[in-house]
Amino acid sequence: MRYAEAGYHLEIDLARGNIERVETDPKNLTTYLGGLGTNVKEMWDRVPPETKAFDPGNLFIMASGLLCGTPAYSCNRTVVSTISPQNNLLAYPMMGGFWSAELKYAGYDKIILRNKSPKLVYIWVHNDKVEIRDAEHLRGRGALETQELIKKELNQPNACVAAIGLAGENRVFTASIEQSRSSASRLGGGAVMGDKNVKAIAVRGTRDLYLARGAEFMQHMEEITKYINYRNENPLPNVMTILSGIGSPQEMKHTDEKWHTENFAWGNARTRRRGFWTDEINKSWSMTQTNAIKRYISCFNCPQQCGALVAHADVPRYMMKCFSKLTYSMAAYVDNLDFNFRIARMASEYGVDAFSTPQIMAFAVELLEAGILREKDFDGCPTDKEGRFFWLLDRIVRREGIGDVLANGTYYAAREIGNGAEELAHNTIKKHEQLPIKLGMLDPLYFLMYSTNEKVSITQIEGNWPQGAFPTKEEREAFVADWPQLPDDHFKQYLLDWEPRGEKANPFFPTPDMCAEIVDWMEMLHNIDDALGFCAGMASFCLKPPYHIHNYPKLISAATGMDIDEAGLRKMVRRSRNLHRAFNIRRGLTRADEKPPEDHWKRRFPEHEKLLMDTYYAYKGWNISGMPTRKTLEELDLGSVADDLESRGLLKEGENA
Amino acid sequence: MLKKVKTVTIKADLCNGCRACEIVCSAFHASPPFSSVNPARSRIRIIRYPLSDIWMPVFAGEYTPAECMGRDKYVLDGKVYEECAFCRAVCPSRDAFKEPDSGLPLRCDMCEGEGEPWCVKKCLNHVLVVEEREEEAADQIYPQELEVGVESLVNRYGLGKIQDAVARRSTRG
Repeated sequence: MRYAEAGYHLEIDLARGNIERVETDPKNLTTYLGGLGTNVKEMWDRVPPETKAFDPGNLFIMASGLLCGTPAYSCNRTVVSTISPQNNLLAYPMMGGFWSAELKYAGYDKIILRNKSPKLVYIWVHNDKVEIRDAEHLRGRGALETQELIKKELNQPNACVAAIGLAGENRVFTASIEQSRSSASRLGGGAVMGDKNVKAIAVRGTRDLYLARGAEFMQHMEEITKYINYRNENPLPNVMTILSGIGSPQEMKHTDEKWHTENFAWGNARTRRRGFWTDEINKSWSMTQTNAIKRYISCFNCPQQCGALVAHADVPRYMMKCFSKLTYSMAAYVDNLDFNFRIARMASEYGVDAFSTPQIMAFAVELLEAGILREKDFDGCPTDKEGRFFWLLDRIVRREGIGDVLANGTYYAAREIGNGAEELAHNTIKKHEQLPIKLGMLDPLYFLMYSTNEKVSITQIEGNWPQGAFPTKEEREAFVADWPQLPDDHFKQYLLDWEPRGEKANPFFPTPDMCAEIVDWMEMLHNIDDALGFCAGMASFCLKPPYHIHNYPKLISAATGMDIDEAGLRKMVRRSRNLHRAFNIRRGLTRADEKPPEDHWKRRFPEHEKLLMDTYYAYKGWNISGMPTRKTLEELDLGSVADDLESRGLLKEGENA
Repeated sequence: MLKKVKTVTIKADLCNGCRACEIVCSAFHASPPFSSVNPARSRIRIIRYPLSDIWMPVFAGEYTPAECMGRDKYVLDGKVYEECAFCRAVCPSRDAFKEPDSGLPLRCDMCEGEGEPWCVKKCLNHVLVVEEREEEAADQIYPQELEVGVESLVNRYGLGKIQDAVARRSTRG
């Protein structure tokens, strides 16, 4: 009997049309948990470093987290893993929604696609019945309308459908995979799905998922439920509203956008518009938002309401969440929300990443203004800001004209265009567009997170540690007084000593040693979430979350029957993180790639930054080049990985410092 | 005579469609309780048509061997609900509230003995509110065993066939 996991993968060879239900090794659970952890293991074992994103040998894995489908609130993540067309490293875009639980109830933990289908297809999984079905009639259809069309065609209103739009079909590097109100959008998962000629994966499951000690599991959930209710009734004081609650940032509920619009950069991550949020703007934006939002909605088994059903003016309805409410207006320098609600719907149908894509379009506009792109590149394009963005979006997803170049993202587009374009592609890490934010003083914690994390996207790395020091001693004392989520009490002193200005402030405090510890803690929690399938908004991404290192082992033990303690859990995710890093190193990741955008902070400290990196690498058990040492790998039972890295000349014997 | 009546008020406008009610219902009714989860076995289901703004929890009611002569289709505030959406019956006309393996009917038992039903406990947005009250009940007249048996045969085969069968049996002496 398998508990919490289904114990089967669905392996599909798209070239031959072969479908197999493969029982998985129970040992994978005890070594890598599930979700991202076991995805990394599959990728390491099966995808050699020579394989590129659009090679037939690239795997496309859609996985359910280990605890998805159980009664644990907010555990609903689908983890996609594949080689990214953008940076040739392991991409793992994730999404909430309803798909992952449905997959578990159908009897599978992962769907693994290999090779390419000779024609456009969709996959229909209904418990034991699995079909590869023709999808030519869905070619060019929107990612949202495809979901509805497939449900209708199958006469299965309860099926969950993950689909790509035109962007995925045309292998646009920022293509997303859309499902219900969610999308897996970072690093081009949708482009790989499109390259494999798979328009959608529809799932319906009506089978049992077993819990080893269900009654005990429910008892642990009682405690967690009490805390969720408590936090929903008692937002944290002394932090900005958006950080005061639990769940994803409550962008659908909050209308006050002073913080985002004045602190984040507009255009191609360029301009901070201080004083933008006037009373007049507040009134007009709040009214647009309130009128557009029909209902607050959630993902599977989640009490929070981070998403919304949007019914804006004459725009067909769609669902939205988080910062996509603002990214298009801000990138286009459009001072109203109406534009954002309009273009976001079109972008969701096309299926594109709402962080990277607006930035790519803003980059194109900058190139035009700088004379690097010419009017003939924009032949037929309207001249108003809004019209220009609609036109650019359309060109990009169709890969027409200049859109074909831009569809590869700012990094590659800049190199293809040349003539100074490289200078304007200024906001990427590892070739991937980042959040448009530009600040003054170097933040040592964010420096490490930006530079080193395998996620390659800052919004999914930060978390439990406050974003800035509290101004008064009283506020700090109040914050640490009630902080059971901490892995160890000694962290409290770091926060008590941390000040907004002076000697004990950024960039030299927290000290590099402290920074390494804090970042390691936050990364560990993200890795646990991504293995179990929890929404980071209820664990690693927010302040004082319901789920943390002290209650996770209890839930995992009760659900799986595998008795695990904190040390055991830490070791498992440390193992998967190191394997993940080894996988990327084998594909060419080096220390030189590990850096934030040059202009992210005005005030930089090269020597201190070097010290931060050296300290962090040493803390992680990595050598000076950022590679896990043999000793580290052997401690994690990954001796064969050290052999592999050594045989490729990447890891040198005795190179531990 | 007084009897206890439990009512669940369903504030559908507050529902965010998360299906927590379905999950916990199926888990509680597993044997032993909470040993497995399968929303397809739930005795509550959310009718979900997100783009139409329809999130409607419906509880499983009585089994019925025959479907109604006609079907209801409600339109409320411009929203078109699926046929028989609000009906609780386990009915041959649809798949709702049937065990996925056997097709046997499921029926909400209000989690008898558990205080509040689990779906109510686990809906943190307070869509489901349970009330218990006592009310005067009319004395029930229980039909005789023979009448119940005949009625069920009539329901299943129709009066004509039953009459024929009785007539055939009578002629045999």
